[in-house]
Amino acid sequence: MSKLAVSADSITKRYAGERGVLALSNVNAQIPVGRFVSILGPSGCGKSTFLRCVAGLETITEGQLKVNDHEVQGPPDGIGMVFQRDALLEWRNIRRNILLPIEFAGKTVSAYEQKVDALLKLAGLSDFGRSYPRELSGGMRQRAAICRALVDDPGLLLMDEPFGALDAFTRDQMNVELQRIWMETKNTVLFVTHGISEAVYLGDVVMVFSPRPGRLLETITIDLPRPRPLSVRETPEFGRYTEHIRSLFDDMGSATGEKS
Amino acid sequence: MKSMLGRLGMVGAGLISLVVVLVVWEVLCRVLQVREIMLPLPTQIFAELASEPAWYLQHSLYTLWTTVAGFLLAVVLGVLIAVALVSSKLFERFLYPLIIGFNSVPKVALAPLFVVWLGTGAEPKIAIALLIAVFAIIVDSVHGLRSVPNDVIDLGKVLKGSAWDFFFKVKLPCALPSMVAGMKVAMSLALVGAIVGEFVSSQRGLGYVIMSAQGTFDTVRVFAALFILGAMGLLLYGLLAWLEERAMPWRQTHQD
Repeated sequence: MSKLAVSADSITKRYAGERGVLALSNVNAQIPVGRFVSILGPSGCGKSTFLRCVAGLETITEGQLKVNDHEVQGPPDGIGMVFQRDALLEWRNIRRNILLPIEFAGKTVSAYEQKVDALLKLAGLSDFGRSYPRELSGGMRQRAAICRALVDDPGLLLMDEPFGALDAFTRDQMNVELQRIWMETKNTVLFVTHGISEAVYLGDVVMVFSPRPGRLLETITIDLPRPRPLSVRETPEFGRYTEHIRSLFDDMGSATGEKS
Repeated sequence: MKSMLGRLGMVGAGLISLVVVLVVWEVLCRVLQVREIMLPLPTQIFAELASEPAWYLQHSLYTLWTTVAGFLLAVVLGVLIAVALVSSKLFERFLYPLIIGFNSVPKVALAPLFVVWLGTGAEPKIAIALLIAVFAIIVDSVHGLRSVPNDVIDLGKVLKGSAWDFFFKVKLPCALPSMVAGMKVAMSLALVGAIVGEFVSSQRGLGYVIMSAQGTFDTVRVFAALFILGAMGLLLYGLLAWLEERAMPWRQTHQD
């Protein structure tokens, strides 16, 4: 069996407090290195909580969670994270935003200039290194945030609804770009989304979560050849996957499964 | 460049309004034959300023120095207190109520006490300017330091930088716009503090000029000092606005 990037063994997360909301209940997942994993579910299903536990931003209440064979205690080494709102620093130009992880890691910034050039090119931002975030569109900002997450070569890239705030057209375009970037970098990716079509289009595997309490309903392997053009979404194979996922949500009896 | 022209335009428009006000003032006073002791003519005020420029300059510089000293001390102390408040729950719980309580005492009422404690030199004026100005800085700095978005805080945790890096590279720049807003308020408050200090006891400064002229019903001189104070306040505010633009170039772009 190949090496595991993330291994979750019956993990449970209960928030402190009187009502003690159960956010995650008995989740098991084995994610091999190099896999693109979509984490799908309606809001309140614990998908973001799962990601934040992997990132070491939340502590699990029960079970065992390992990243790169080390138990998670605080943020693990070698992860990059992309947030729903890009979390770029307005006072730094794009270049200096991308270099932030290098500065924080105490590494020599000048040694990474070429790396930044390459990332900017990969993300189609070559002309915007000296621009401030304010001068960029939402899609461009999010691409810059992805560059920042990739600059220190993380083995594991965690993305928390990164395209949730973008319009549908930009979102489609970003999906294509992300696939292309991922096929070049080959990191393990955990991609949280509530869009069924987005999850299937991007993922090697889709983990479907159900709400209240957050449980892992099913893990579906998406067997579609890459690179996948956007038109793959019109094929019957693709339709069978989305239909199956939609039926899972219907069975849950929750009307929250989004049709996007 | 554009904002430079924009600012020049704003200053120009302000100057025009000022000239209009002065002309109307002059004409009305002459037509209605207002007595000089009640409201002197603008031309009289300017003549007064021109008659003893060195004397006025000397008093102005004294007030300017106590104001700026009080302001700078307020910035240092205010930012330090704000940092302490946001970085420690203990400080927040015990210090913040004390600060708010202390802030509700009218600081002007404390001025005589400072003369007792610190004498009649520059020290009590600086202390009062500091005391009046510091709260605006504390409140706005605390607000600014707390305004770091959750995503950015999480980013800092994931990147695992030192607390030092996070504070200077993320938290402080995030708080800067709010801090500068507080400084603008604090600057005019420091001027109030310096004048109050001079009212209570002084042989120097524009506050002293006003008090002594009022004692001899020399209204022209009172107004001359007020004109200088107005100009001084504007100058200090303009200086801060200029520094703000210099320190935060990323904010320029969204203005046009």
